[in-house]
Amino acid sequence: MATTTRKKKTAKKATSSGKVSAETLAKGQREISVSEFFAKNRHLLGFDNPRKALLTAVKEAVDNALDACEEAGILPEIHIRLLQKDESRFKLTIRDNGPGIIRAQIESIFGKLLYGSKFHRMKMSRGQQGIGISAAGMYGLMTTGKPVHIISKTSRRKPPHDVVLKIDTSKNRAEVVKEKEDPKSDSLFPGGTGTQVVIELEGRYQKGRQSIDEYLEQTAIANPHAQITWVTPTNETIEFPRAVDELPDEAKEIKPHPKGIELGTLIQMLERTESKSLSAFLQDEFSRVGQRKASDLAKMADKLSTKTITPRSRVSQLGHAEAECLYKAIQEASIMAPPTDCLVPIGSRALLAGLLKEVQAEFFAAATRPPTVYRGNPFQMEVAIAFGGNLSSEESSRILRFANRVPLLYQQSACSSFKAVVETSWKNYGLTQPRNSLPVGPLVVLVHMASVWVPFTSESKEAIADYDEIRKEMKLALQECGRKLGTYLRRRKQMKKQSERRGIFERYIGEISSSCHAIVGTDPKKLYDALLKQAARKTKEADQKLDLDGKIVSAQKLEQDDDVIILEERQVAVHEDGEEGLFDNDAVPSARKKTRKKSKKKKKSS
Amino acid sequence: MAKKKTTRKTVRKTKKKSTVRGGVVSKQRDKETIGKIESLASSVAKSGLAQREPKIEIPIRSVNNMKYNPKKRILEMGSSTQQRELFNAGQARKFMQMLLVSKGCKELIQAEKTLSLRGMYYMALHTIEGTSEKTFNEQSESDTILEDLEVSIDGLREELHVFAKKRGTMVGNITVIDNGDEIDCRRMGTGGYAIPSICEPSVIQFKNCDADFILHVEKDTVWSRFNEDRFWETHNCILTEGSGQPPRGVRRLLHRMHKELGIPVYCLLDCDPWGHYIYSVIKQGSINLAFESQRMAIPDAKFIGIRAEDYDRCKLTSDVKIALNDRDITRAKQIMDYPWFAEKRPWKKEIKTMLGNGFKMEVESLITKDISYVSEVYVPQRLKDGDFLD
Repeated sequence: MATTTRKKKTAKKATSSGKVSAETLAKGQREISVSEFFAKNRHLLGFDNPRKALLTAVKEAVDNALDACEEAGILPEIHIRLLQKDESRFKLTIRDNGPGIIRAQIESIFGKLLYGSKFHRMKMSRGQQGIGISAAGMYGLMTTGKPVHIISKTSRRKPPHDVVLKIDTSKNRAEVVKEKEDPKSDSLFPGGTGTQVVIELEGRYQKGRQSIDEYLEQTAIANPHAQITWVTPTNETIEFPRAVDELPDEAKEIKPHPKGIELGTLIQMLERTESKSLSAFLQDEFSRVGQRKASDLAKMADKLSTKTITPRSRVSQLGHAEAECLYKAIQEASIMAPPTDCLVPIGSRALLAGLLKEVQAEFFAAATRPPTVYRGNPFQMEVAIAFGGNLSSEESSRILRFANRVPLLYQQSACSSFKAVVETSWKNYGLTQPRNSLPVGPLVVLVHMASVWVPFTSESKEAIADYDEIRKEMKLALQECGRKLGTYLRRRKQMKKQSERRGIFERYIGEISSSCHAIVGTDPKKLYDALLKQAARKTKEADQKLDLDGKIVSAQKLEQDDDVIILEERQVAVHEDGEEGLFDNDAVPSARKKTRKKSKKKKKSS
Repeated sequence: MAKKKTTRKTVRKTKKKSTVRGGVVSKQRDKETIGKIESLASSVAKSGLAQREPKIEIPIRSVNNMKYNPKKRILEMGSSTQQRELFNAGQARKFMQMLLVSKGCKELIQAEKTLSLRGMYYMALHTIEGTSEKTFNEQSESDTILEDLEVSIDGLREELHVFAKKRGTMVGNITVIDNGDEIDCRRMGTGGYAIPSICEPSVIQFKNCDADFILHVEKDTVWSRFNEDRFWETHNCILTEGSGQPPRGVRRLLHRMHKELGIPVYCLLDCDPWGHYIYSVIKQGSINLAFESQRMAIPDAKFIGIRAEDYDRCKLTSDVKIALNDRDITRAKQIMDYPWFAEKRPWKKEIKTMLGNGFKMEVESLITKDISYVSEVYVPQRLKDGDFLD
């Protein structure tokens, strides 16, 4: 952008003044480094305003820490502390118990934009582009002038190295300001390894929606295996305890699927490959291409091309035109969908455990869809819902969005998941839903997309792009949860009705017998007892009728469902009605108490 | 106007005597009423003790259970009834309320006193023991229960010793005896005689009446205009007003004067669906109280105006137009389809003209012509021409 406007200006000058040599023009044109570009366009990375910048810095650091721990097979323990230095200046400290970073890599990881292990591979992970943490450091340097301070310990036997880094934006390179080996910092890492990053930056801390607190709370939901400690600027310590003692399975790395790449990428791959023949190239670089499929593709490309292409064609001999033919051939060919074992969903149980500890509701349900594919990229959708309890029933429901376990807080309405929730017809499940909007009620909807490549709408990773395949899967998962909620709500209504009915009769019987006594002199006690007896019989009959209708039977099914947790909700119900003591306590079947125990067990076992 | 010429009507002597006999009759009636209430309660108690479901049968008071009797030209209640059951979650509360109201009425009758509807509400009102629930949340609840009780024991509100708020005024060439007091309606000043809620022969008797007809107007303001212009004197009539939808007292009085004194009733109402329905209630009876039509309806009542055509006929200015809203339009169409309107072509034409006009008019709109246009020109003209809708 900057370069083109500059060009235009010089061009105008040239026409007015007559002659300008190519050299003069060339003087005005220079390379712009990636860091410089982002320094000017920091909003693309999520540093548009002070409040969001603070959140983005925390987010990038936490994502990195979790990724590092999981890859090293360590149960993550993350410590975050935000210190307010003055009104708009903060000192952010994030420490993990991960494997640490070897000294040689520190500069590249924290000082270089677009450096990372994650961009070039097809593997499910939190970070993707390798911009995150270095961008946070750069933002800090730009706003406060303070360098990034890193302490990392890679082995129990070696002392931690302590490095202070400054980023040179024009060269996309880091400069070491100070460094030492500091055994004193050992106390920071009781587990033997880990990394601590300190960044000073300008920001604004505010609770509420889209805050650090919300982000950490949601992170804790999607990562029940992580232990997170958060010390706020007001020196309040908030613990997000671990709910699951198992690390998620490690995600497998896969090769890209032919259908998932673009022409440019294909040409690049052709240039970089070490394979000699076309057949070998296709088999080595892509998933789901065997010898037969490779020769099929070569044949199809040959038909489209003027030059002959055979499976044995030298890759180095293939020009731009041939690559295009090959690309077209790939689009036409039918290729098996990519393997999906590379995906690691959170899993219904862990999702429920995460929700259970952070959301105070009475009903929880989760659904995990089987993996599938969009544009050659495998992905998998998971949905969990929480209903009732202490959630507000007046507002529209809340959506918690996650991509590869990372909470997405901004641009909700641009997100595919938002559209999927709106398009789902919640009225069918007993909720109110105004037209073209979220359902209203005490509902939290959690949507998680696990994929080797999550299609974000922008670099700051705020919203999932709206692909039809993705939205369809989301809706199917939402409907699955919705159906369970519907069953639960219908049953709850039924139960409430039953106990209310009994209550009503009992309430009025006294009045009726005393009135009859006043009018015709019937013995009020006798009449009261007789009517009470009849009331008990009537409600019993009604209960039995329900059994025959099979409604209770389906409710039992709900309780046996592993993906559903129902908590004791009686307290809540009684408070709502303010009719305490009028309900017959027997109206609550013992089955519910059982579920409660079950859910506790679940918490422990999963 | 009237075919019957002014023949002075003297009220039969039995009527006069009824003042004395009134008490006896009402005592007799009270006994019957108490008996009805007792049988209702004892049937509830009996079935309760016998482990049978307590039920009360109530004739349904809705459009569906109401029939127009073309011969008598009044609305009558049909024969369908509904069961009010105690062991039905939706009806239990109402069941209890009915017994409470029954109990209240019995006590009232025994004490030989009467109460207003609001008084009845307070009499049956208390908090149910052991709960925070009140037996009645508002008066409208007890009012409907009382109507239910009326139809289910086939006794009238008056017989239950309950009366409604006073509404409606009368003035004119008649003397009435109200609870023994002689009231000359020719000497009522500007306020007029307030028509009581209970106008049964035991309470009110007619003494001497010289009037040739009754002019009933919709509201108080118009009535005052006529009274100030001494219309009843110049035209020898009785002037009544019902404050909108006339209450039972006004309707009962009109009915009795029409029947017992043999004088016709003319109505001057607004030109809107509301006015048309008031006319319908006076003439055929109301849907809700169809069981009382026999005692209240005046099938011979006539509608003087305001007519839809009056806008052109009286050369009114566009200032008096009040646009019909959607509710007016649906209501007008509903009224047009009522069987007792549907069979009358002039009425259908009238409503259609109003709908065609797209506006309604109040009686007061005639004031734009002249302050006393309505009493000095409009009504006398219509009476003279015999120009009214039936």
